Amino acid sequence: MAALTHLQRLEAESIHIMREVVATCDKPVMLYSIGKDSAVMLHLAMKAFYPSKPPFPLLHVDTTWKFKEMISFRDEHAAALGLDLLVHINPEGLAQGIGPFSHGSAVHTDVMKTQGLKQALDKYQFDAAFGGARRDEEKSRAKERIFSFRSAQHRWDPKQQRPELWRLYNARKHKGESIRVFPLSNWTELDIWQYIYLEGIPIVPLYFAKERPVVSRDGTLIMVDDDRMPLAPGEKPMMKNVRFRTLGCYPLTGAIESIADTLPAIIQEMLLTKSSERQGRVIDHDSNASMERKKQEGYF
Amino acid sequence: MAHVSDLIEKDILGYLNAHQHKSLLRFITCGSVDDGKSTLIGRLLYDSKMIFEDQLAALESDSKKVGTQGGDIDFALLVDGLAAEREQGITIDVAYRYFSTERRKFIVADTPGHEQYTRNMVTGASTADLAVILIDARKGVLVQTRRHSYLVSLIGIRKVVLAVNKMDLVGYNRGIFEQIVAEYREFAAQIGLTDILAIPISGLRGDNITSSSTAMPWYQGPSLISHLETVEVEDQAAGTPFRMSVQWVNRPDLDFRGFSGMIASGAVHPGDKIKVLPSGKEAKVARIVTQGADLAEAVAGQSVTLTLDTEIDISRGDLLAHAASPPGVSDQFSTTVVWMSEEPLLPGRLYWMKIGAKLVAATVTDIKHKTNINTLERLAAKSLALNEIGAVNLSLDHPVAFDPYSENRETGGFILIDRLNNGTVGAGTIQFALRRAENIHWQAVDVNKHARAALNRQKACVLWFTGLSGAGKSTVANLVEKQLFAQGRHTYLLDGDNVRHGLNRDLGFTDADRVENIRRVAEVSKLMVDAGLIVLVSFISPFRAERRLARQLLEDGEFLEVYVSTPLSVAESRDPKGLYKKARAGEIKNFTGITSPYEPPENPEIIIDTDRMSPEDAAAFILAKLEERGLVPGIRADADTTPSA
Repeated sequence: MAALTHLQRLEAESIHIMREVVATCDKPVMLYSIGKDSAVMLHLAMKAFYPSKPPFPLLHVDTTWKFKEMISFRDEHAAALGLDLLVHINPEGLAQGIGPFSHGSAVHTDVMKTQGLKQALDKYQFDAAFGGARRDEEKSRAKERIFSFRSAQHRWDPKQQRPELWRLYNARKHKGESIRVFPLSNWTELDIWQYIYLEGIPIVPLYFAKERPVVSRDGTLIMVDDDRMPLAPGEKPMMKNVRFRTLGCYPLTGAIESIADTLPAIIQEMLLTKSSERQGRVIDHDSNASMERKKQEGYF
Repeated sequence: MAHVSDLIEKDILGYLNAHQHKSLLRFITCGSVDDGKSTLIGRLLYDSKMIFEDQLAALESDSKKVGTQGGDIDFALLVDGLAAEREQGITIDVAYRYFSTERRKFIVADTPGHEQYTRNMVTGASTADLAVILIDARKGVLVQTRRHSYLVSLIGIRKVVLAVNKMDLVGYNRGIFEQIVAEYREFAAQIGLTDILAIPISGLRGDNITSSSTAMPWYQGPSLISHLETVEVEDQAAGTPFRMSVQWVNRPDLDFRGFSGMIASGAVHPGDKIKVLPSGKEAKVARIVTQGADLAEAVAGQSVTLTLDTEIDISRGDLLAHAASPPGVSDQFSTTVVWMSEEPLLPGRLYWMKIGAKLVAATVTDIKHKTNINTLERLAAKSLALNEIGAVNLSLDHPVAFDPYSENRETGGFILIDRLNNGTVGAGTIQFALRRAENIHWQAVDVNKHARAALNRQKACVLWFTGLSGAGKSTVANLVEKQLFAQGRHTYLLDGDNVRHGLNRDLGFTDADRVENIRRVAEVSKLMVDAGLIVLVSFISPFRAERRLARQLLEDGEFLEVYVSTPLSVAESRDPKGLYKKARAGEIKNFTGITSPYEPPENPEIIIDTDRMSPEDAAAFILAKLEERGLVPGIRADADTTPSA
């Protein structure tokens, strides 16, 4: 009997977690952010319930500032898999014209992402939401449970989390309370890439290096994805060979210069690089404990 | 993050192929607050090149700001996450860290060493294959070390690395190391930990972490990393018979009915005959379905979907097992429980119990004792407080399939859930079933014990006489029965000696046989109570546990423990059967009071002291107690009226 490899063990664990949620929760949903982690999570969901389809819809909380290629990938991919895709945009944020350029990254993220997510969960009355967060992403996540309980107000209380022993997850909750479930908790960035490579999982082309129009803002390369990008008088976007390590709102996502246009080349670059994947995310730079605070406020 | 950077640079496909086949080792680190645990983990991450430059820059600036190493890199800052912890300078929860080397991927559960956090350590240990126990070389084996080791053994981890840390602060002294190791081994053997590798290290200086330390040439063993990379983790799950708890019934259409779950132990193949527990129905595995292709074999740790050759009723929580070696099924268990809630565990209270995918209601019928985790001393307990560990009997509302935890961590471990706030309040391990429920289905009967007892104008009960040989149990029991008989009650006297001539003639006097002796008598008296009788049991029954078992078989108020108390010297001087003399002469082994213990009852319903009371007075005293309890209603004028047929 061959011992399972670490990826086989991770895969089985994630599937186990998803099945447990489906068997014990009334109305689960999968938060689909279109990134590489979401791609892996969705792939695992297709496996977990085969030959059935995953018995839950996908939810994308759109901010209207995602890369265009993300949106087209999202729609094509969900249709190809035959899955139900829900898209929610915070209508109040939309009406107020909230955006990262006009309101800054903090307000934009809070209104369009955090508040938008709460609205969507309340609107559809989901009691469990799968998210693609991993514990290795950031220090405060290392202690996050796989089943993370949120009050009816969506607040996360680090003192009230339940111990998780063996493979025995306790998904019991009162009406109004919900759980965020992280099936990829034990995966690392390398595991994600390796699994995408091994399984041939489709990902948004923005992860692969290509010549793209970018401008430099505070030392970060920002792609000019549409004409909402404010340019200085006379400023012309530079054409550079770039790719993205993480995907989000284009004005908040830094590109890296790269020629890696295959998965092995991406993995090679990631392994040899000297900075962590979150460095490209503007939101993390606010303060040391910023993720911690955002999480308590209901950011995923 | 340049680990094995040559291979990555020159042959990324070769690297990916190697990484793909790495195995996984999950381990926990335990130590007290100042043992340098966070520093060690930070060092492991740092030395295995899992730290990016931006993180390193942040680490260097944090080290200067809040570090404890006088401006040097404070590795502990790498792993202290929550804001509150940073301020307090201690780790307060279980955190999981990830790193990999050329040979393995590792998941580290960083578990706190603080006294009040037993629950966190047990949580971290429950998924670990190995434990690294840290000792500060300056302090040696501490109370905390014993506590952590006990918890490690309790949760069933067999491989231990004893990391004697801060060797740099004791001048890398070999004698100090060896003394600590010897002391630790002696203690560890007592709690069943024998597979121990001791390594002298310095987390701060990096000695014996990734490579052999030049400061300690006297140490010839492997470095910590090279041991973790190569240690064979005895795969308990692989060697045990097939078990899979059904998580979810997969039913996409009328033609497909699959049972999804993660294989808890063993392996399964198409064609294998399996048994469904607790129903006991059998079928053969038709297919092992996964997306892509059906499998010819699936093993412990894989999540699969099975289909069967015949349609039988299976739902979530049922256990699928190899038909030839099925697990036990029971609804009453002797367990060990680690309590994890501020609200204490109390006997009689109802909890949810989750075992595998099964959720049942569980009542605590008894707390046999709690264990002082510092001294391992057993203490009497009426409740379990947060972080206390106790031997607890549980009674379930439905039978469940199980294996003893020592044989199977997946099918023998459970959690307890509060029924009001839904919190996970306890973690437990099954020691053994108090009774086996498989294959025995209760025959429903219309005439029950209450009807029979009412016909007899009495309430059925057991008077359980316990006490030393020669205390006067049989004499008093005999008198009580005579008077009850005279009142027209329906009684039966089960006497220890008489039963041993027949029903229990195959049993001797070892502890195990004594337990079985009492178990049989308890079951017989239960049947007699069901028949509506007042049963008098006169047995030495020296152990509390078995008397409790007898009590638990009956309903509240039906079991009256009568402690026939007599000092040993008095009983021995009476010696009606000449047994004490023989025992003293060594002719009888395992004689209660002499060479085998007698555990007096803690809360008997009735105590009689035959040293101060005549047998007649004692009998009258007991009869009065029965009347007080309404067990023998007065004989009415119309007592001879026979009920109409």
